[in-house]
Amino acid sequence: MTNDADAILSDVIKLLSQFIKQDIEITESQHLMGELELDSVMVMELMMELEDHFDISIPLNSLPDVNTVSDLATEISKLKNQ
Amino acid sequence: MSLLERLQQFTQQHVTTDTDSMAPLDAVIEHLYSATEGSIKGRRTILVGTNNYLGLTFDNQCINANHQATRTYGTGTTGSRLANGSYAGHQELEQELAVFYGVDHSIVFSTGYTANLGMISALVSKGDTIILDEHCHASIYDGCKLSGADIIHFRHNNAEDLDKRLRRLGDKTSTTLVIIEGIYSMLGDRGNLREIVAVKQKYDALLLVDEAHSLGVLGESGRGLSQESGVEEHVDFITGTFSKSLAGIGGFCVSQHPELEVIRYTSRPYIFTASPSPGTIASIRAALEIIRNNPCLREQLWENASWLYNGLKSLGYDLSPEVSPVIAVNVGERVNALTMWKKLFDRGVYVNLVMPPATPNSKCLLRCSVSAAHTHAQLNVVLDAFASFQTPTLKKQLA
Repeated sequence: MTNDADAILSDVIKLLSQFIKQDIEITESQHLMGELELDSVMVMELMMELEDHFDISIPLNSLPDVNTVSDLATEISKLKNQ
Repeated sequence: MSLLERLQQFTQQHVTTDTDSMAPLDAVIEHLYSATEGSIKGRRTILVGTNNYLGLTFDNQCINANHQATRTYGTGTTGSRLANGSYAGHQELEQELAVFYGVDHSIVFSTGYTANLGMISALVSKGDTIILDEHCHASIYDGCKLSGADIIHFRHNNAEDLDKRLRRLGDKTSTTLVIIEGIYSMLGDRGNLREIVAVKQKYDALLLVDEAHSLGVLGESGRGLSQESGVEEHVDFITGTFSKSLAGIGGFCVSQHPELEVIRYTSRPYIFTASPSPGTIASIRAALEIIRNNPCLREQLWENASWLYNGLKSLGYDLSPEVSPVIAVNVGERVNALTMWKKLFDRGVYVNLVMPPATPNSKCLLRCSVSAAHTHAQLNVVLDAFASFQTPTLKKQLA
């Protein structure tokens, strides 16, 4: 993983921690809507926060293949480099 | 998990099997005494969750028009307009809507849901972008999904946030559709239309405003938020429904763009749905005439909305942000919401129980919709029912 990808993952985890109810350590393999118990409204809010943080657009329809924290960070890397 | 097991799981989680209890889906209206009162489970009940804003469901002109058209043209059209042809009433209603809105083009859909589904999915497609207010209705979301376009949210009513998101799109803004609502269905607040129009003009995007809850409710002649805000000429498409102020069923889109007519050949939800029945069309035409000629109905509606909103506020409830015919009472947790909804029902008051994810900010809401036809006596019964939760015993139960 490059430094850039590491930095994105780290920022995603930091932002994500503001949305989860449980007091647990977030890892890249955790599922957003399963283990981290995000509902659809929280996912929407999270996306808007991520868009602002990275100054990118994250279309909702780019998310169906995003299941884990790592998937989300990868998608953001992809969108940042477009 | 099999398909049927998934449905069984839903039943276990959401559907009550206790015969003594009452769930919102069990609320079958057995008789209607008026636009605002009916009988549910044998109990006389004041209806404060119907979106019947002007109370026209029992209006004689509308009923007579419906009767006459049904006798003349039959009960249904039995097919879509593209296949079976249009009835004269379809075209006359479209002309009357265009005149009402002061535009040249209008299309009638079979429901408000298909108006949004049909317009959005035909206006944009894969490679285009939709930016919508995060509080938009499910029909708008479904239209966005059906279109295949990129879907981006902006923060509720926040024109600055919309500006930021449009800026990020660069030269893609010319293929971007912005969508907001006139009055938002859950919290009853107005769209921030004037500022949003300024932003959409800056980026040369198109704007669609869903006036489902604001038609007949806002504006000097009832045309909605676009009229009230004085920006009608900058709104590219207005969609709406016939099932609220107009007291029937159906939907529409009006526009000054001649390209609207092409939608008749490209919108699948328009093409592959049976057209509205002659009786429905006739009652809508009569209701539109009433809206046009009776501003006093709107005045009565707003007086009633203030009466209930201020009454609930004085009881100390956490309410939606502004006086509106849609008043949402924030009741916190799911169990609280269910208990309060049931107790209101037991006191002869029917409101909408709305749970996340259908609500903004993951709140449970008791949603009231006010009608011009409500009497102050009825609204006082509603207030008394809400006041009953203020007793120490009940407060303790609900804490």
